[in-house]
Amino acid sequence: MNLSRKWLDEFVHVTANDKEFAEAMTMSGSKVELTHDLGEEISNVVVGKVLSMERHPNSDHMWICQVDVAQAQPVQIVTGAWNVHAGDLVPVALHKSTLPGGKKIERGKLRGVESNGMLCGLYELGLDERDFPYAAITPAALLNDYKPLDPAKPSIPADIQPGDKVFGPVVCARVQGVAVTGVNQFAVTLDTGSGQAQLTTSCPNLHTGDLVAYHTKENHICTLADLRAQQAEFPHCIPDGIFILHEDCRPGDDIKPVINADDHVVEFEITPNRPDCLSVIGLAREVSATFDAPLALHEPVVKGGAEGVLADLLDVETPDADLVPRYTARMVRNVKIAPSPKWMRERLRSMGVRPINNIVDITNYVMLEYGQPMHAFDYRYVQGGKIIVRRASEGEELTTLDGQVRKLNHDHLVIADDTRAVGLAGIMGGMNSEIVADTADVVFESACFDGTCIRKGALALGMRTEASAKFEKGLDPMNTLPAVNRACELVELLGAGEVVDGVIDILNLVPQPTVLQLEPDKINALLGTDVPESDMAAILRKLGFQVEGDQVTVPSWRGDVQRMADLAEEVARFYGYNNIPVTLMRGQTTQGGYSPAQQLENRLGALCRACGYDEIITYSFISPTYYDKIRWPEDYALRKSFRILNPLGEDTSIMRTTTLPSMLEILTRNWNYRNKSARLYELARVYLPKSGSASQKPVDPKDPSLSASKEALEKLGLSGLTEALVDGINKLTEDDGLADEAKVLTLGAYGEDMDFFAMKGAIEAILKDIRAVDVHFEGPSGAPSDASYHPGRCATVWSGSDCIGIFGQIHPLVARNYGVDGELYCAELSFDELMLAKGPDPEYVPLPKFPSVTRDIAVVCDASVTVGALEKAIRDGAKGLLKEVALFDIYQGPGIPEGKKSVAFNLVLRADARSLTGEEADEDVKSILETLEKDCGAVLR
Amino acid sequence: MKEQLATIRAQALAAFDAAQDSAALDALRVQYLGKKGELTAVLKQMGKLSPEERPAMGALANEVRAALEDALERRSQQLEEQALERRLAKETVDVTIPGKPVKMGHRHPMYIALDELKEVFIGMGFTVLDGPEIELAQLNFDRLNAGEGHPSRDWSDTFYFDEDSRVMLRSQTSPMQVRAMDSMPLPIRIIAPGRVYRKDEVDATHSPMFHQVEGMVIDKGVTMADLKGTLNTVVEQLYGKGTKTRFRPHHFPFTEPSCEMDVQCHKCGGLGCPTCKGEGWIELLGAGMIHPKVLEMSGIDPNVYSGWAFGIGLERTAMRRFKIADLRLIFENDVRFLEQF
Repeated sequence: MNLSRKWLDEFVHVTANDKEFAEAMTMSGSKVELTHDLGEEISNVVVGKVLSMERHPNSDHMWICQVDVAQAQPVQIVTGAWNVHAGDLVPVALHKSTLPGGKKIERGKLRGVESNGMLCGLYELGLDERDFPYAAITPAALLNDYKPLDPAKPSIPADIQPGDKVFGPVVCARVQGVAVTGVNQFAVTLDTGSGQAQLTTSCPNLHTGDLVAYHTKENHICTLADLRAQQAEFPHCIPDGIFILHEDCRPGDDIKPVINADDHVVEFEITPNRPDCLSVIGLAREVSATFDAPLALHEPVVKGGAEGVLADLLDVETPDADLVPRYTARMVRNVKIAPSPKWMRERLRSMGVRPINNIVDITNYVMLEYGQPMHAFDYRYVQGGKIIVRRASEGEELTTLDGQVRKLNHDHLVIADDTRAVGLAGIMGGMNSEIVADTADVVFESACFDGTCIRKGALALGMRTEASAKFEKGLDPMNTLPAVNRACELVELLGAGEVVDGVIDILNLVPQPTVLQLEPDKINALLGTDVPESDMAAILRKLGFQVEGDQVTVPSWRGDVQRMADLAEEVARFYGYNNIPVTLMRGQTTQGGYSPAQQLENRLGALCRACGYDEIITYSFISPTYYDKIRWPEDYALRKSFRILNPLGEDTSIMRTTTLPSMLEILTRNWNYRNKSARLYELARVYLPKSGSASQKPVDPKDPSLSASKEALEKLGLSGLTEALVDGINKLTEDDGLADEAKVLTLGAYGEDMDFFAMKGAIEAILKDIRAVDVHFEGPSGAPSDASYHPGRCATVWSGSDCIGIFGQIHPLVARNYGVDGELYCAELSFDELMLAKGPDPEYVPLPKFPSVTRDIAVVCDASVTVGALEKAIRDGAKGLLKEVALFDIYQGPGIPEGKKSVAFNLVLRADARSLTGEEADEDVKSILETLEKDCGAVLR
Repeated sequence: MKEQLATIRAQALAAFDAAQDSAALDALRVQYLGKKGELTAVLKQMGKLSPEERPAMGALANEVRAALEDALERRSQQLEEQALERRLAKETVDVTIPGKPVKMGHRHPMYIALDELKEVFIGMGFTVLDGPEIELAQLNFDRLNAGEGHPSRDWSDTFYFDEDSRVMLRSQTSPMQVRAMDSMPLPIRIIAPGRVYRKDEVDATHSPMFHQVEGMVIDKGVTMADLKGTLNTVVEQLYGKGTKTRFRPHHFPFTEPSCEMDVQCHKCGGLGCPTCKGEGWIELLGAGMIHPKVLEMSGIDPNVYSGWAFGIGLERTAMRRFKIADLRLIFENDVRFLEQF
């Protein structure tokens, strides 16, 4: 919400500069985003009157102007613009002046002629044509400015003379005289070669002696568009020039008030609970309370007296009364559509609204001043003099003011006459009842519509307007009458028409004022303050609340104030948030900390980092096509995902049921950035639908998303409540269609030193650190998701009979889908399973008292026998003395038969209670070798 | 004989000093002190001496032997020291050669910022909660006093999973307030960090997924002054003692009174600069006293209990903490970025 301080000043006078003003308003609850001094950068720019002009002797396009700036002598200024004429009022940047953009103007010489400043165009003053539409320039094509695109083939001969044909009925003519007759109106006399022509044109770049293209049939001077010419062909006939002022000003006047650059605009961020502050008056109330300055509100006075009786002219029906709490309307007759006066246009412009014509401008002005959206429509198009505010019928069409055809449905509210809709209530008027140049009778509508209805209607049509944005927040129904009266008052003030006596005012919902009890003790207890009751009452009064004894009547525009806490906020705002004391929490102490699940999360992260993996954060949503990219079968149950119905795009449209695509995307990105290696981890969620398909797990009470608070309670010694708590949360989650948000520890890596065993080593280190019980590795389990991995370099990780996860090299076809021609490695470990696999706290085992015996053995077996099977045979064969088995070599090659391999182990044997003899050790080794041969067909090499 | 001994002594001592390694020294030991050595040879002549001469000559011979042995020992030690010095000199390394690399992983900067926050709150007796991201609109909105018609419920702002706008991606961590109130015994002190989702296109300051930390305290007699005190303590721990803060009125549906907390701009010290957009203050978090309606909806009597809550955006906190200019870096996960932290 923009606020013009000039406009504000009409209601409350505050001398604070912009910075002080912004600070004070922000601290009382109206957050100021920015302040603009509209004329901050403009200095020493005045109004000048062009007394005379002559062509520059050394230039083909410049003019030397003598300009009256109310100094003893006229100043001489050289300009390159062609739209200036003697007698024009123009902005003059004098010697040592400044302009927007930090531009400085000083005296100088232009091609040898002294110039004591600059005549300014709109843009040089920081304005554009929306600020002063009349300053738009449509140049004529001057033949003396013609530059052929190809010098060898000019379309117009360089020596063209009046009377020479340009094309068809268009001939060359010479300007014999130009007189300014109005805003962008020039009476021109032409020498057409065969005679004289008189005509009126809006092209402002004509001066005596210029050659023009004259259309003999239509009696007009051709523009570039008429000649289908390009700008480059007429380099100086441009739609830009000096801003010719048609304002109430005199030579020597400071330019700032003329162009409203003396105003300051404050940009507020208004929170949605305060629609009343979306108006000058609403903000004036806050300003008045903030600065303790008197508020001077104005009661509109309407003279009325136009011919006719309102009741005969207009009838209003509101069949959907619940959607129209109040509908207020008045009529204006004998309207004279014209531009609104400068002061009104300026205020609209300061607030960012484009002036259109007096009637439309009045509605906008009242909307800004009162915060009440207004609509004006042409009475002659209200068939039968009857307005019906009703729901649209299904498929009903209406062309709105922006020229769009809108297809409506039953949820939309329309303003209609007997036969058709003429406006979309609270959103936008209809084209068929638009105020146009010959509008004679106008109906002003000032209504209060149901906020939700307007919001939904606007949303469905994708057309949130300033009016709908206000309505959807819920407006004060008491505001409609003063607003419509203010509009009528302005009509009379502007002489824009005659107001018919009387008001149509349908009040379907009589608002009851909210009355609250002032409870100073409770307010102070909530705030931690000691504000006296009298101060509270004073604060409330200056905000428009009525306080009588302990009864507080809330003003109609403060629908947000409904109970004690709301009053407390009003008190706090003006007592000052920063005056509230600063205290520390008292009361029963609580013990904070991490739950076991959170401790494990922290530990796993630390372990991954110790293994050299960097933490990443990936999006929870993916594209459904990513399941194809990781080669999941089309009928795989895990493809069933939570689908976002209104995603930003396909790529972020479903909630992932696997973290693999997210990790692969990041690996690929690093690969594409040519980062030589990457080791990454993320501990994050997948989102599994809870019921239905076969893949879904039942609600797991160990779900980490539930366990935190449960464990926190256990820590606090409140475990008796735990079951109830879990039950309570489960009730919310079990049958309400939410997800099983299981966490997955994902590793991903590529580059130097990375292979299957490097990743396995990291996984082993992690599992060892958390003392996972009975860890072993097996080949792929045959799950459909195995398809993402290299079938020969992929393993499942087990703790006892529970599968913790899968890891290995990503299938080359998957890597190719990501555009990577190298080896990628990933691991997916279930956090829930890690939590279950986690071993108990360590217990000290006494260090060995007796020496151990080591034996190295190398056995030859079939190449297909796994090291795991050999290790198992070794352990099975040992007779209780074996303490450690360590693989140290695998060999295939000369000396070993084809299809066989040699595998070497280092064995450590020890007895706990005595020194071991060599014979005892040999006995065990013998048994081990026998078992190796029996179980694995492995013989000593 | 006396002269002989003197000669041997002088020659031997000179020879020992001239020996350049332990082998040469050993040869000299044999040459002078060995069984067939020169000194032994002289001693063998003792028998030829008169009994009167013998004791004096014997003493002299022993003195010479002791002197030679002593000199041998000293020279031997010297040579050993010299040999060690030579070896050490040979073993000298170029200390500017880089060490053998140890690859350490790095915590994501956003989680570093989160860890710092968590530690501060845990120290004040807060429990850390974790909750669902796919959430009921009822908990994300209705139970937080953002009823039907609240603009943030629009499909243009929030992601939904069903046409009835019933199940959604939580747009804030605040539904954890409701979950905690519904399930935990009073008093409550919790924080709840996590992912939240809003329908914003990705740019330098926006992302459809980002992180918040929710905090909530409910007890008897909790005041807005407590809110200020606690949050000031947190800010001082994060940004240093004496960091200036201010509280501004604001609006959230689920708190009343509501506020936003600003910290004084670290760059300009409050004078106004581009970092703080000329305001001298940087917005840090939103907070307020829990709305009595929200307490009532969870069955907590606002006449007995009161509470405060806050929500803070983690990305912005991390970006400020590490001077990260573009939010996209957080989710890009370029190792060259990650390994800076």
